[in-house]
Amino acid sequence: MRREPPQRLGDYGPLFFPAGMLTLFFVVPFATMIAVSFFQREQGGFYTPAFVLDNYARFLSLFFGKVLGFSLFLAVAVAIACVVVGVPFTYLLARSARKMQIAWLVALLSILSLSEVMIGFAWSTLFSRTAGITNLFVWLGLMSQAQALTPSFGAVMTAMTYQAFPYTVLVLYPALVRLDPTLAEAARTLGASPVKAFFTVVVPALRNTILATLIMVFIFALGSYLLPQLLGRPQHWTLSVLITDQAIYQSNMPFAAAMAVFLVLVSLALVGLAVYAGQQKEAK
Amino acid sequence: MSDIFNNKIGRRAVLAGGIAGASMLAMPSVLRAQDKSLKVGVYGGYFKDSFDKNIFADFTKATGIAVESVAEPTGEAWLVQLEQAAKAGAAPADVSMMSQVSMLKGQSTNLWTPLDLAKIPNSKNLIDRFVNKYPDGKVAGIGAVSWYITLVSNTDVIKEAPTSWAAMWEKDKEDKLGLLALVSNSFLLEVTAKTFMGGTNALDTEEGILKALEKLAELKPNVRLWYRDEAQFEQALKSGEIPMGQYYHDVTGLAAADGNPVRSTFPKEGGIQDSGCWALSRASKKTEEAHTFINYMCQPAIQATLSRKVGTAPTIKRDLLDLTAEEFAAVSSDIEPIIPRYDLYQTKSDFLNQKWTEMIAG
Repeated sequence: MRREPPQRLGDYGPLFFPAGMLTLFFVVPFATMIAVSFFQREQGGFYTPAFVLDNYARFLSLFFGKVLGFSLFLAVAVAIACVVVGVPFTYLLARSARKMQIAWLVALLSILSLSEVMIGFAWSTLFSRTAGITNLFVWLGLMSQAQALTPSFGAVMTAMTYQAFPYTVLVLYPALVRLDPTLAEAARTLGASPVKAFFTVVVPALRNTILATLIMVFIFALGSYLLPQLLGRPQHWTLSVLITDQAIYQSNMPFAAAMAVFLVLVSLALVGLAVYAGQQKEAK
Repeated sequence: MSDIFNNKIGRRAVLAGGIAGASMLAMPSVLRAQDKSLKVGVYGGYFKDSFDKNIFADFTKATGIAVESVAEPTGEAWLVQLEQAAKAGAAPADVSMMSQVSMLKGQSTNLWTPLDLAKIPNSKNLIDRFVNKYPDGKVAGIGAVSWYITLVSNTDVIKEAPTSWAAMWEKDKEDKLGLLALVSNSFLLEVTAKTFMGGTNALDTEEGILKALEKLAELKPNVRLWYRDEAQFEQALKSGEIPMGQYYHDVTGLAAADGNPVRSTFPKEGGIQDSGCWALSRASKKTEEAHTFINYMCQPAIQATLSRKVGTAPTIKRDLLDLTAEEFAAVSSDIEPIIPRYDLYQTKSDFLNQKWTEMIAG
């Protein structure tokens, strides 16, 4: 089959539908949000259309800077944790028997059917003093007294990694299945240990997939709003939590919109930087 | 400033409903087709169901006015919709139950039709603070129901019932408290002012507010959970995971009645009393029917029914009610309550929110 570049307007036809959907469900809402972020907040009322920078000015403070910093740090940490656990796991999974693979994938996919609320409550029970896993440790003689593991940063990290893990595996799986097994075998033949072969051959061969996974989990984790609230202390609340507070509880839409725009811009910049860095490395 | 937790259903529906609640609006349930009718907005879910079952049917029987109950969403979404509809001359509901902060915000745009107390003779039954007035003295709204937030504790862990809000500040309460996460629904500034600063008037100045916040900051090591979702705290309170905190008096009473080791205490400084008002949209043409309805709702018998069936505290004077001491204690107390400074949440909302968030998350 020969591919021809589109000649007439009609040839672009198949593009109209996705373009229309993208405009309707992404461009229009996002443009509205940007517009609202410049509106004038009226305390004790609502907001009026205007062009003011107050909402952005309020955001530019040490306090919100710290919250933004923590949100980005948390998202990066979750992305790294997912990849560190996910790559070896998926590598082994891709090499195991077909039946085993199916069982694991079904189990992982079923996690996706759980809502964030259920995941949050389940982990808060598991980490509680009265009913949590520390009781098991006491029974096993590993600990002398049951204790609460939540609220804490570790609890937030665990639950968020748990939630993002199925996505990680689903993105890595096709690439790892397709990875030529002779690559690792060649390394083994030349005397590398399995671990060395994994790190010097498999991981570099998957560099682009890993980068894509990191970016996807990062963006996924950045929007997390419920888990930090359920499992963390106030200092573990992400910017998304504060945005929700402003939008729903304070009816301060302009400020919420400004924070959201800021979050989108910063994450886009970070993703751009990561992609750019990846390309630079490849060029070498 | 929104007050999503200002009503009992609102706070319950937060996680489940959230903003989505707005889309579930305007599904009126007509009780009976009549010549005279009135659209009444009440918080959707349990509230609306209870009102439909226990109140509206009898009202229609007594007055011949059919009630179309409209499920209100939580937060300020309903206020925004009423406001925008009124600009277009429409009223999605004639009479609505509104939170106190929404009442004040609606006043700023004259959203509420001033009510004529001569047509609401039962308004003399009301406790004075439940008559919501415009600055010029015209009546904007009439108290519909109220409820209390009190000091609650787990009886297995905290053996002696606390007597004062000050118990939360004690050293042995480290990592043991569950408190509401927002300045506008926890009303902890008022609690601090009443407990340590001689009264909520101490919050009149920004210096006073900052001083109260400083005192509140001392609580931080004692707080295990700042909750937005009440189910989270209720569960932890029952199990003793978080043995003390602030919570709703009626729900705690129900949990205790179910055999859970919990108690609700009215501290000597008083419980926090929050409430909702009936208000009439200026776009409504059903002024007569609305007055009849509000007058009906201010009867002692109806208020007693609300206390028994819906679990709300009455907005009329205690001596007019035929509630037994036990029934009254289940929903209220004779101790002078702490009344939230709603005015602050309108005039200083951004300042309060900013300082509060910095205090707890900083």
